[in-house]
Amino acid sequence: MSLILEHVNYIYGAETPLAIKALDDICLEIPDGQFVGIIGHTGSGKSTLVQHLNGLIKATEGRIYYNGQDIDEKGYDRKALRSNVGLVFQYPEHQLFEIDVFSDVCFGPKNLGLPKEEVERRAKEALAQVGITEEYYTQSPFELSGGQKRRVAIAGVLAMQPKVLILDEPTAGLDPKGRDEILHQIKKLQTETGMTILLVSHSMEDVAEYVDRIIVMNQGRVMFDAVPREVFRHYKELEEVGLAAPQVTYIMHALQEKGMQVDVDVTTIAEAAEEIVRCLETLH
Amino acid sequence: MEIVKAKDVVYEYIRRDEEGNIEGILKAVDGVSLDIRQGQFIAILGHNGSGKSTLAKHMNAILYPTEGTVWVDGKDTKDEEELWNIRQTAGMVFQNPDNQIIGQVVEEDVGFGPENMGVPTKEIWERVEESLKVLGMYKYRKHSPNKLSGGQKQRVSIAGVLAMHPKCIILDEPTAMLDPNGRKDVIRAVRALNDVEKITIILITHYMEETIYADKVFVMDDGKIAMQGTPREIFSQVDALKSLRLDVPQVTLLAYELKKRGVDLPDGILTIEELVKELSKCH
Amino acid sequence: MLRDITLGQYYPTDSIIHRLDPRVKLGGTILYILSLFFVKNILGYLVAALFLALVIRLSKVPFKFMIKGMKTILFLLLITVIFNLFLTQGTPIVTFFGKVSITYEGLKLAVFMAIRLTFLIIGSSVMTLTTTPNNLTDGMERMLRPLKVLRVPVHEVAMMMSIALRFIPILLEETDKIMKAQIARGADFESGNLLQRAKSMVPLLVPLFISAFRRANDLAMAMEARCYRGGDGRTKMKPLVYEQKDYLAYAALAVYLVISIGIG
Repeated sequence: MSLILEHVNYIYGAETPLAIKALDDICLEIPDGQFVGIIGHTGSGKSTLVQHLNGLIKATEGRIYYNGQDIDEKGYDRKALRSNVGLVFQYPEHQLFEIDVFSDVCFGPKNLGLPKEEVERRAKEALAQVGITEEYYTQSPFELSGGQKRRVAIAGVLAMQPKVLILDEPTAGLDPKGRDEILHQIKKLQTETGMTILLVSHSMEDVAEYVDRIIVMNQGRVMFDAVPREVFRHYKELEEVGLAAPQVTYIMHALQEKGMQVDVDVTTIAEAAEEIVRCLETLH
Repeated sequence: MEIVKAKDVVYEYIRRDEEGNIEGILKAVDGVSLDIRQGQFIAILGHNGSGKSTLAKHMNAILYPTEGTVWVDGKDTKDEEELWNIRQTAGMVFQNPDNQIIGQVVEEDVGFGPENMGVPTKEIWERVEESLKVLGMYKYRKHSPNKLSGGQKQRVSIAGVLAMHPKCIILDEPTAMLDPNGRKDVIRAVRALNDVEKITIILITHYMEETIYADKVFVMDDGKIAMQGTPREIFSQVDALKSLRLDVPQVTLLAYELKKRGVDLPDGILTIEELVKELSKCH
Repeated sequence: MLRDITLGQYYPTDSIIHRLDPRVKLGGTILYILSLFFVKNILGYLVAALFLALVIRLSKVPFKFMIKGMKTILFLLLITVIFNLFLTQGTPIVTFFGKVSITYEGLKLAVFMAIRLTFLIIGSSVMTLTTTPNNLTDGMERMLRPLKVLRVPVHEVAMMMSIALRFIPILLEETDKIMKAQIARGADFESGNLLQRAKSMVPLLVPLFISAFRRANDLAMAMEARCYRGGDGRTKMKPLVYEQKDYLAYAALAVYLVISIGIG
């Protein structure tokens, strides 16, 4: 039960002289229940990569397995794949179209051909998961605030009850509180349902607290693939490709240079505070 | 002299139902007064829906106050005769990089403003060249905007405003749709405009780290100005900012957490260098 | 997928054709197309081909970009050829099933039609590939200026066209994105009968229209903020002034017309 990518290549405009290699020999294994951050700047191939995972883009070369089955094999049930691997696009609120919130969330499960009761049960469950209460069900999705729209759109994918949920920049354009709320909700989903989460982002700082593993993409390749603290150790290399480790990493390294015996591997503010206090105390 | 002055500004959005009856009135801006002096770098912070964008649109006469008055360079924005002067004095850059570029070629877009103002052809070219050079986009002058990155598109938009020779540029969440690199480039460009060209900058944003170089920060909430002061004064109040759906830069937050744990640090630390220096003292 | 449509999109490079006045290119294209319909023999087409080849060469646009435009109308071309091939009366060459036959005249007509259409498409692509849409609309605006007397809003129409052209690639990209997003939610745009298919377009069209309106709203605001107030009192960054090369181009065009009509 997992996603496996074997030597996946993807070339844009393969038959034209303007061909661009968007993915270059990607090999990955994503086990069930993991919370993975996929980090890279615009054009690094991260969005192209995730669109392969539910068959929206077909790899030019290489194989992708979901639960041990090759998703590009003839006769493979793509529709089932898409219900198992849910993909939330960037600015997902732009895909809302129904007259009310509830119908919009029903769209996905309805397409799966489920009976009406099951469709509605799933829609209610999904809306509850993103914290949209019943009073909003009959409202037009276009009259909600930006953050609410975003959550309704995410519920639209959750209602398909995927085993793997991929979110492409789910916090883009939201204010800090809105960002934290969405990320908390996603983390909660992962711990409560055991769903596999792939979070695409260009900010290390945002995901550092939540993810078990970070995959750094650069120029269509996997540059680093490890637990956050290990990835942040390469903060100088990250900088060279236009990415940055969280500010905490820089602070800890700067302190170490000044002769403080701190652990530079901490990733969150809370850990950093503990570490600095510990260090100051041992001195006195 | 004030370049932008607002006195008791109220702006009401009126919601109507299908028959046109008034359903509700929303005060997007509610009694805002502020003075912005020529040459300042001002940041307006606020969460989504706090009224900051609505306020910004008053500063170049895209919206007019329901109550109160806004003056731009001494001119009342309600004065129709001065409309085009006001819009030329206070240029505006918007959030979505795709939806504000009119030209099919970078240089043609930058020339759009001066064309509208009736600037003679030869001077338009001079202005376009100069503006693109200031924003570091000159080598892209013949490119299609569709082929540029988000940060580059925003710099083209800023160049387009700069070519109108404004005294003041209002940027309404110019970085909200950009990646970290694009954000850095745009903020760097904006700071240079303020430092070198002495243009007044009014930056509307919800990214805290973009405001630390501002002369003054206004924090908006529910249509009102909830806090104002220097970045240091504002960022000293971590809890107050959090209650307004905002946060502070990680380094400030860390300093705040350390203080809570009894480490002796001053309020409102904004940069890594400051924190390291202060901690070395304890050390 | 949809982004690959490049029919007539501007190809940025620097060539004498790129620098010509858009009025020359517009007028030239119209006259060239007309000339194709006057020509009646192979020699005439040879002259037309030579002229076109010369212009393409001068434009420095790779030939494959010209051909790209052809793909989209291949179907139309095929139909025209087949119709001409089978439905023209005359001396039969081959007969199928004793009924349908290809005639000598039909073959000739089909070949000529194919050549005509191909040249027509390539000829007009040369214009759109070498002229920025803004430039093109400027040219149209200038050429149509006399209509202003009749209260035709020439400037506004030209501005609308140029904005539409700018947003076509953006909206195509957006369509692609929304389509994928709905497919990810299990939408099916491909199967079903006509009615089902039409219905399945709703989740695509509604967001697309909303997005288009939002963009239009934003753009109108951005234009106003940059002091746009219609065509009056506006100056031009790139005013249209005929230069020597433009007169030369007109002369070359005239020479071509005389030759092609002379022998055609």
